[in-house]
This record gives sequence, C-alpha cells and structure tokens, in this order.
Amino acid sequence: MRIALRIWRQKNTEAPGAMREYEMDGVSPDMSFLEMLDTLNERLTLEGEDPVAFDHDCREGICGACSLVIDGQAHGPERTTACQLHMRSFRDGDTIDVEPWRAAAFPVVRDLVVDRSAFDRIIQSGGYVSVPTGAAPEAHATPVPKPDADRAFEHAECIGCGACVAACPNGSAMLFTSAKVNHLGALPQGAPERETRVLDMVAQMDAEGFGGCTLTGECATACPKGIPLTSITAMNREWLRANRKVARK
Amino acid sequence: MNTPTPSADPRHTRPQYTEGAPIADTSAPGGPIADRWDTRRFTAKLVNPANRRKHTVIVVGTGLAGGSAGATLAEQGYHVVQFCYQDSPRRAHSIAAQGGINAAKNYRNDGDSIHRLFYDTVKGGDFRARESNVHRLAQISVEIIDQCVAQGVPFAREYGGLLDTRSFGGVQVSRTFYARGQTGQQLLLGAYQALSRQIAAGNVEMHPRTEMLDLVVVDGAARGIVARDLVTGEISTHTADAVVLATGGYGNVFHLSTNAMNSNATAVWRAHRRGAYFANPCFTQIHPTCIPRSGEHQSKLTLMSESLRNDGRIWVPATAGDTRPPALIPEDERDYYLERIYPSFGNLVPRDIASRAAKKVCDEGRGVGPGGQGVYLDFADAIARTGRGAVEEKYGNLFEMYQRITAEDPYEVPMRIYPAVHYTMGGLWVDYDLQTTVPGLFAIGEANFSDHGANRLGASALMQGLADGYFVLPATLNDYLARNSALPTVDPADPAVLEAVEEVRERLRRLVNVRGDRTADSFHREIGELMWEFCGMARTEQGLREALERIPLIREEFWRRITVPGTEAEFNQSLERANRVVDYLELAELMCLDALHRAESCGGHFREESQTPDGEAARDDEAFGYAAAWEFTGTGNPPVLHREDLVFDYVHPTQRSYA
Repeated sequence: MRIALRIWRQKNTEAPGAMREYEMDGVSPDMSFLEMLDTLNERLTLEGEDPVAFDHDCREGICGACSLVIDGQAHGPERTTACQLHMRSFRDGDTIDVEPWRAAAFPVVRDLVVDRSAFDRIIQSGGYVSVPTGAAPEAHATPVPKPDADRAFEHAECIGCGACVAACPNGSAMLFTSAKVNHLGALPQGAPERETRVLDMVAQMDAEGFGGCTLTGECATACPKGIPLTSITAMNREWLRANRKVARK
Repeated sequence: MNTPTPSADPRHTRPQYTEGAPIADTSAPGGPIADRWDTRRFTAKLVNPANRRKHTVIVVGTGLAGGSAGATLAEQGYHVVQFCYQDSPRRAHSIAAQGGINAAKNYRNDGDSIHRLFYDTVKGGDFRARESNVHRLAQISVEIIDQCVAQGVPFAREYGGLLDTRSFGGVQVSRTFYARGQTGQQLLLGAYQALSRQIAAGNVEMHPRTEMLDLVVVDGAARGIVARDLVTGEISTHTADAVVLATGGYGNVFHLSTNAMNSNATAVWRAHRRGAYFANPCFTQIHPTCIPRSGEHQSKLTLMSESLRNDGRIWVPATAGDTRPPALIPEDERDYYLERIYPSFGNLVPRDIASRAAKKVCDEGRGVGPGGQGVYLDFADAIARTGRGAVEEKYGNLFEMYQRITAEDPYEVPMRIYPAVHYTMGGLWVDYDLQTTVPGLFAIGEANFSDHGANRLGASALMQGLADGYFVLPATLNDYLARNSALPTVDPADPAVLEAVEEVRERLRRLVNVRGDRTADSFHREIGELMWEFCGMARTEQGLREALERIPLIREEFWRRITVPGTEAEFNQSLERANRVVDYLELAELMCLDALHRAESCGGHFREESQTPDGEAARDDEAFGYAAAWEFTGTGNPPVLHREDLVFDYVHPTQRSYA
C-alpha cells in the first residue's frame, strides 16, 4: 500500500507544533499502525531526521500507553487501541492524519506523547480500597453475587489510556473516573469508602482542569474497552447520594 | 576491556569461563520445610515502627512485584522512592498477563494442597529450583488471593458468589484463579491502587518516566541508583539504605518476544556489572501459544493465553505438505499430537514440552500457515459441546484479539499458533531473603531466578511476583535494615557516586556521537535473530559456539556504526532503545555461554545432544544439579562460575513424565 501521513510534530511542551507530511510506500496491510510508524521512524533516523515520538509499550491493547488521534478519532477508525489497529483498515492511497490526545489536562510532551499524570492523581485521591497487606480476611468470607462481580469487572477493564478525554468535546474525564468509582462501588469490599471515594475523586478530577460532562457520549464510543456511558450516570447518582449522606451527618 | 582471542578452531576449545568458589550459604533456615518460613520470620530482626520512616528504600519497577513491594513497605512506614520508565506505574507489563494466578486453596476439593503446589512447581521446573523458596511460595499463595479479593480485584465467580478456578499446564487440579483473560491487569491495578494510596499519603515518592541506568555501590553495599529523566534527559542520583530491583525479565534479548516493547535488561545487567551474580541466564521460556509472525515489519509477538488449552485442541495434518484448509482435513487425517503422545495431560502439558512438540511437527513439514510455522488450536469441539456463548464468556477478549491481529475468525476457523519467547526463569541470583550477592540489593519477581527452575508453570509468575512483593521482601528487608541501622549517609561527592554518574553520561554521549549508519533496531533485530537460531528452542554445542564467536563482532560493529538522532539532553526514544541494546549485546553472550556450559537438557533448556530415545529432555543431575551463578569480570572477559548445589529432600528428582 501507498499512504500519505500528516503527523503532528512538536519539540516540547513550550514549543509550537505543526503538522508535517510524510509519504510511505510498501506498507503491508498486516502491519499494525504502530509498526507502520516504526517503519517511518527507521527511515527518518537513517535520513538524519528526528523520529516521531509516540507512547507505546505492550502492543497488545492492555497497557493503555498508546494515545494517537488518527483521522480525528481517538485510536482511529476501529474500536480498539492504536496498537491493535492494522493497516488493512485503510485504503491504498489514503492520507492519514495523526495527532496527540488534545485536552487541556493532557499537555503535549513531544510530538504524539502527552502527560496523563492527572489520571494517576485522580486514582490517588480515592480509587482504592484501604486494605494494608496482611489485613485481608479469607477470600470466601464474603461471597459476591456473580452479577455484581461481573459489573465490577466491566468497569475495572478501563486501561487508563485517555481516549475518553481525547474524544470528548469538553475534554472531560467523567468516563475514566466513573469506571473506577463503579468498579469498587459494585463490590462489598469497596462499600466502606463509597462516599468519600466518589466525592474525592470527582473533586480531584475538577481540580485537574478536565472539562464538564454534557453527556454527548463521544467517550463511550471511543473507549477501546467498551466502558458504557451509563457508567457516568451511575457515578452522578453516587455523587448525589454521597453528598446527601455527608450533608446529613 | 580485552576480548578473548578466538582460537583457530573454536569447536575444540572449552567454554571461556573460570571456576569460582561454590555458594555455600543461601540463608535458608534448616528444619522441616513447612516450618522454614516461620523460622525465618521469627529470626528476622525487626525495625521499630517509629524508626522505619528514617529508612529510605529505592524500588525500581512498578509491576506486580515492584508495585506490591512499594505499597507494602510504605504501609510499614518506610520512606519509599520508586521508579518506572512508563508514564504511569499502572502500565508495567504484568498488566498483559492473561490467564491466571495459582493458589493452593483447594476450594475445589480436588486433592490440592500446599505440598502439591510445591511438588508441581519443583517438578514443573525440572528440578532446578531451590526447594525452600518454592515451598514458601506455595504457602504464601493462599494469602495472595485473600489480599487481592480484599482490594477489590474482580476475580471470576460462580453463581453462588464464590471464586471460580480453572486448570493450567503441568497440573491435574483446578487451582488457577482468574479475571476473564485479564488477570494480570486486574492484579496489577490492585497493586497500583495500593501504591497510589501510599503516594497520596506521602509515603512513596514516585518517579514515572525515569529509567535506572546504574547501581551505586558504596563500601560494598547497594546505596542508590543513577537514573535518567526520560522527558528532560536529566541524569540524577538517588541514595537509600537498600535498593530493590523489580524490573522484570530479559526476554527482549530475542527482539521478538511477548514482552512489552520497552521491557529491558538494563537494571539487572548494570547490577550484574556492579557485582550481583546472574543465575541460569539460559533458562528462558518459549511459550507454545503465540500468534505466528506475519512479516518482516513484526515488532513483537502476542501471546494467546495458556488457558485456551483447557478447551482448544492442538493439531496438525497427519501428513507433511498437506495444504488443504483445516475444514477440509477429515478427522482421521489430523494428528492431535499432544493428546497422542501425552495422554494423561493431553493439551495441558507444561509449556516447554508443548513448544518443543510444536517445533518438532513443524520441522517435519507438517506446520500450517505461511512458511509452515504454525499449528492449529481448534475450538470446534468445545463450541459444539458447550455452545458458542460459553466459549465467548471464557475467552471472548482473546478471540477478539486474535481476530484483530490475523483477520481470521477463530469461532469459524482454528487459531494458528506458534511458540515465542515469553518469560525468563534466569535472573539475578538471590538467597532465601531475595538478597543478591551485593548486600542491600534485592531482586524480586521475574528479575530474580529463584522459584521456577528451568521451566515456569502457567499462572505461577503472577503468584511469585505478588508473593515476593507483598509478603517475602517486606519481612526480609526489615531484617537487613535492622542489622544495618547505622548506615552512614551517602556523600553525593563520594567517588563511587561520581564514577557511576560519569560512566552513565559517558555512555550516552558516546551513543549519540558515533553518528554511524545503522539504527539501534537493526542491531536489536540482528542479535535477536541470532539468539532465536542458536539459543532458542533447541541448542547445540556447535551453534552456541558460533553465536559466541559472532556476538563480540556484532558488539564491535554496534559501536562503530550505531546512529542515534538528537541529543542526550532531551526526550529521545532512539537513545533509550540504543542504550538497552548495548546491554542485550553483553547479556546475550552470557546466555549462550551458560547454555553451552550446561551440557544437559532441562526444562526450557534443550540441548540436542542430551535427549531420551523418544526425544524428551534428558537431565544430568549428577553433573548439573546446581544453579549456575555467574560473576562479571569485564565486557568480553571470561566470567566466573559459582555453583549453588541444589538439594532435594522432599521432591525426589525423577524423569518428568506427562505421558
């Protein structure tokens, strides 16, 4: 295949960036999108030009490192991560735009690499169960109904890639935050910290500069793990419930 | 640095190494094996909780071992300074582990016990692991499940609300706990969340996007690391009372493996250069069920979980050169070779055996798919028996991943799989306390060599990583710190610190300044292909000798022709890669030397010269019943071999039989 690429190049956070054009020939449809970028980078290196920086690691769709907006869509045209997207999803002769996640809370580090540490701080604000090592009861002491376990799992699948934020016109992190709130909230183990968790995580999310949620649903459409939009409405309910409970105290 | 001169005919020289003193003391307590861990915990000195915050501990890596260790040490009150090269501690490669985690809970009432898990692991490792360590692992396995459930890890459950389990290779009980095909992810997020809680509490100082490039050894003890900020390129030193390496395995020496792209051997290799012995480097695990490569552009290989072998049947055409589509090959013209050769374990034989069997049928010309490098993993029977829905429930995400990569639908046509490098049993030598030969330097998880012998059983890596991090290290590190409570503060101007920093700077400058005509990736590919050919699934004396001839030449060429764009003082992924390849080029040599010196077959190490009449690995317990711990003496110089004799008081070594 022969394709043209337009890639966002930016030296560092402060420097201005711009789209640059590259021609690629002999692209195999069996290449993953990142392998196509590898091939480009090998060529750029030998030509003495700086290769394109991009985050990637496991290349199995689970670590959540990759973060490319491809033709205006987070992770590209298929519902997966960019590392699992293959060139067979494109046509010979296509021109493909490649950009970093765009969000106020995710500053560009270089080229296609962004800083997602805001996500870590949201988890640090309450996305855990406080159970020091060694303090755990026997695993079968508390049976968990299968529907609850399945619901927890469905939300726990979030890989923290940030596609939800990149896809959202408001740059909101509601889907990411609600996934963790609902994962732990669905389990008896998460119940004791249920109220503080949702209040603290939402407060941290707001403090990080993510936008507000207007329920446009772009996030759930872009999510490579299929975290449902109802996750957000469930968190809103949790948040209201927690506020009322705290107010009563 | 002098390279040994190759003799005129290398096939007749003995491997280039010298013999050192055997390792006499592994710090394992004596007495009945079931009591040893209790004994050790009782003899360990303790640090008063009020004094713990005065101790700083560096933890490198945030996978299952590092994440759980960092969180637990911080909970105990230590000041933890932790590093990972990823942008977030949540992305360490433990996250990609699919199948499950073993624990001797015996919830199934199917005859499991701590002793059986211990027995299975020692036997599965082909009698090349230390009994005391493995028994402790089996004991702790049950606590791990409790801990993870309490953290909110959403394990698979039965309708009654209790935990579900499944079977893995090399065992006949159902002791593997799982969270669909994402067990590693869920366990890692549990550890990450526990770590996050400690970061928020100010007990862990977390440095993401920071890579350890050297170890600082002062007065014979590990006292810190030299690290590079991957965003700014800044080199910094961090000092502590102890250093813990949880940096994973070195499978990426092979270029193509199931490791993450950036998983690397730099931390362990730098530690080795600073005095930590490297044990059994040739023990690498080739996983039987990976998606075959599709072309030259291939950057990594993707695993299909071993759990698939619970329901999938492995076969190839009975006759060589049969290129019919699988659906057109009638049942009696198929060879379900694992079921045929190993009737009692069938498709669930251990990984080393399944991989070699796949290679054998492909070498016979019966392989399927492009280049004949593949065998079928067929779910037609399982779908007919239990329905598509049940298969989807168990393996849905794996099927989806397979289809995305190959554009074939495994519900309709059998998967094609082929072995690939997956895990490294070898690693830094550690004693019972998980301490390396450098005092104050500990290695946990895949980075050490301790528990899996010559072959790791499925679902045991997650178990070991979490056992080390949550339970073993916190107890033994306590003891080290208590015994070294008055370590002097490290002077930043100490010659040992300055030397380590200067070495790192010099190496990076050198990499950037060669300005040659080959990329780091081209060298990585070259060394990887060489290792796969000569130090992969089957090894021969002649092949290993050839590899040992060629590796120094590749190294020499690397330093002449490498090109790294940009500078060392900026975000530079090419420099990161090149710097890792430097270490692969040295480690590869030690792996081949270890493989050459071990003239027996055991577990994942298969020497063609040493096999039984029916083609199974033939161990030589008399000559090789030891762990080989190598001491570094300089790049290209003959290393020193220290043997740790393995004593089997409880599981008597036998020829492994899975027939």
